[in-house]
Amino acid sequence: MSDIEDRVRKKVVEHLGVEEDKVTENASFIDDLGADSLDTVELVMAFEEEFGIEIPDDAAESIQTFGDAVNFIKSNS
Amino acid sequence: MFDLNGKAALVTGASGGIGAEIARALHAQGATVGLSGTREDPLQALAGELGERAHVLPCNLGDADAVTALPKEAAAAMGSVDILVNNAGITRDNLFMRMSEEEWADVLNVNLTSAFRLSKGVLRGMMKARWGRIINISSIVGATGNPGQGNYAASKAGMVGMAKSLAYEVASRNITVNTVAPGFIATPMTEKLTDDQKAKINEQIPAGRMGTPAEIAAACTYLASEEAGYVTGATLHVNGGMAML
Repeated sequence: MSDIEDRVRKKVVEHLGVEEDKVTENASFIDDLGADSLDTVELVMAFEEEFGIEIPDDAAESIQTFGDAVNFIKSNS
Repeated sequence: MFDLNGKAALVTGASGGIGAEIARALHAQGATVGLSGTREDPLQALAGELGERAHVLPCNLGDADAVTALPKEAAAAMGSVDILVNNAGITRDNLFMRMSEEEWADVLNVNLTSAFRLSKGVLRGMMKARWGRIINISSIVGATGNPGQGNYAASKAGMVGMAKSLAYEVASRNITVNTVAPGFIATPMTEKLTDDQKAKINEQIPAGRMGTPAEIAAACTYLASEEAGYVTGATLHVNGGMAML
């Protein structure tokens, strides 16, 4: 498991208050992890700070699952 | 009551009569204030009058890039922006049939679009802090309409709809978004009216007089306070009974 995955998972667990083993590759923040749309905005903010990157609004909208987030961060940090 | 110690407030249009009074009132409750406006001299004078906890942040609200930069500059100067007062506004009155595209666009841009941009800019910090107050200064004419002010009334009514929508979205994060709608307020602008004109205006106001900037500022102080935490999406009309809405 990569370091990026660990750090993203930690942020998701922290923000959504879910069990770590629920945060799988295809887990949708909204459908599977109980996030509302504002939670997803906050998650993106948290990722930006954790990794010191800027995630533009249109890219943020395409980040729906844990895997999406990891892939985006891997290719942009 | 209404203690604002430790809070930082950004007030636009702080060079004008009402905006300056709002900044004074928030400052008097202990807030650090960021004074924004196009004219730097009156802002400097006000900052000098207030002394500590006052920052001058000039900005032309017609300039999109400058508006987008303002929340960041304010946060850099004050540490955070906990309270935003969208007070700045312009008028370009004209009969509807004579109103130019430019008169329409200028007023919407400064009065409404800049409020959108500034609100968006301060929200990130408020979301993280799980605390925030956004106060839009609208106008009685946003609710009643006014001949010659189709653009201004549209911008002021627009602020109300925008505030209510945003209030829904961020209420769970302890951020409130409210609107204050002043009626006729005595400012240097109304000083130019003749006694006759003033008497005619006062006849339409049940209170029999114009309001003062301090009476608008008091409404803002309340909405900015911890005590008003359960008030959101509201419009507080401060108009001497001129329109009971």
